[in-house]
Amino acid sequence: MTADCLLRAGAGLKPEHQRHILEARPDIGWFEVHAENYMGAGGPPHHFLERVRALYPLSVHGVGLSIGSADGMAPGHLARLKTVVERYQPAIVSEHLAWSTHDGTFLNDLLPLPYTEATLSLVTRHVDEVQTVLGRRLLIENPSTYLRFDGEEMPETDFLRALAQRSGCGLLLDINNVVVSAANHGFDPHTYLASFPHEHVGEIHLAGHAVLESGGETLLVDTHDRTVSPQVWSLFRDVIARRGAHPTLIEWDSDVPAWPDLEAEVRQAQSLLQTAGGLDARAA
Amino acid sequence: MPEQPDGAALADLQHRFTGAVLQSRLSVPAGIRREVRSTHERRFGVYRNNVKASLAAALAARFPVVARLVGDEFFTAMALVFIERHPPRSPVLAEYGAAFATFLERFDPAASLPYLPDIARLEWARHVAFHSADTDPADLAQLAELPPEALGSVRIGLHPAMAVIASPWPIVSVWTTNTYDATPEAPAADWTGETALVTRPHLDVLVQRLPPGTDLLVAALAQEIALGAAADAVSRTQEGFDLATALSTLFSAGAVAILSQGSSS
Repeated sequence: MTADCLLRAGAGLKPEHQRHILEARPDIGWFEVHAENYMGAGGPPHHFLERVRALYPLSVHGVGLSIGSADGMAPGHLARLKTVVERYQPAIVSEHLAWSTHDGTFLNDLLPLPYTEATLSLVTRHVDEVQTVLGRRLLIENPSTYLRFDGEEMPETDFLRALAQRSGCGLLLDINNVVVSAANHGFDPHTYLASFPHEHVGEIHLAGHAVLESGGETLLVDTHDRTVSPQVWSLFRDVIARRGAHPTLIEWDSDVPAWPDLEAEVRQAQSLLQTAGGLDARAA
Repeated sequence: MPEQPDGAALADLQHRFTGAVLQSRLSVPAGIRREVRSTHERRFGVYRNNVKASLAAALAARFPVVARLVGDEFFTAMALVFIERHPPRSPVLAEYGAAFATFLERFDPAASLPYLPDIARLEWARHVAFHSADTDPADLAQLAELPPEALGSVRIGLHPAMAVIASPWPIVSVWTTNTYDATPEAPAADWTGETALVTRPHLDVLVQRLPPGTDLLVAALAQEIALGAAADAVSRTQEGFDLATALSTLFSAGAVAILSQGSSS
């Protein structure tokens, strides 16, 4: 499903950069937006996104569907997502392996799920419903987590593999999330990536994280507020060398820098994608 | 082995998780793996903080003048009380904060700033206007082109982004000085009420004062009362109402979307 033009690096589209992007038209592959920021009736968000969309391929990344909610996905939200997808015709649509809404209350974070057979059938059902309503394949992103649950029955990588096999969805591999979860739960990110079902990956995310030290423990927090860490770059190089290149996004959502700083990160990802031979292989 | 979780177990976990994220006095829900006992609370605290800090930041961005009036620290504390009592009901964050002005009316620690709720109403109206439907505003020339005998029966359709906030406080003055001035002007000794008009004719949201009686005219026009009857009604209740000034203000701000002729009048 991945268009050739998308086998490149892209950036999250931020309101701070929109005017500059439309004027300067930087040579980057594509932009990604959060679906929920374009669910209003009109105004500047749609004005700018229509113009950016006319120049670049787009990825729509949902952050509010709450695919893991036991009492059903956020009511009415799938219809709104469909409206955004139909209007902007993105090359990729993605969501998260997480929940955020319970009993009508929205918690504005991507909350963790216990990896059990029961959760797997619930999430599979919801992903299936999303793909049926949208009429296209969805990519599901591996989460960053700070705690795990009693009674879990499988590792996250097995959960994601089974979800992809049963629902036909693709996966969005967020390498920063792997690093964050690995540090927080004491596993080796290489081991995680070795057992990750790479054959289902359709997009890669890279982002920065914060290091929180207190009480003798170090926690990594998925903040998207700084440059990508050296460890994440290194794992990215490994993944694309061994498993192949995918459209790769730099996520920078808070303390958003001036455009040249974000573009420099995108260019670094682009240069690594090229080194990995992704572009050459496709062109040959 | 713990009990095999099923759909009901997950619903129960999410119910307890939701409560404990929002209410800091509730303890971390059972069912979380206790591999690192000492950091149990802290790890759950990351979720509490992600949720509350992101919502407080969204409110601060939406109500910048309220935040400037009370100070950042007070605003955050106030926002956290609001979030606990009125958590979002929609995953579209742009819809969050409609209840903030009413909440402020009953928030005793801010009672010394009685105009705060109306400032919040003005800021909420600006936010709604930013996201409202797009329509080209009508031009005053379109009204001027009508034959004089047709003026009375014309119906004025209001622009979808427009809102009027009437207040016993000078909310436009307070909002303006706290938005544009490095040092906000001190309140005048004899404060008089102001009515704010919020519009978004194109990309930018505009705020201005409405002349006396214009809010009553807008209310009548919103009920699809023809211009002549609406103006007569306002003139009867509002001394010194000037229709020409009212119309000129409304049209130049982009508050009017469409003119049409009533068929029966």
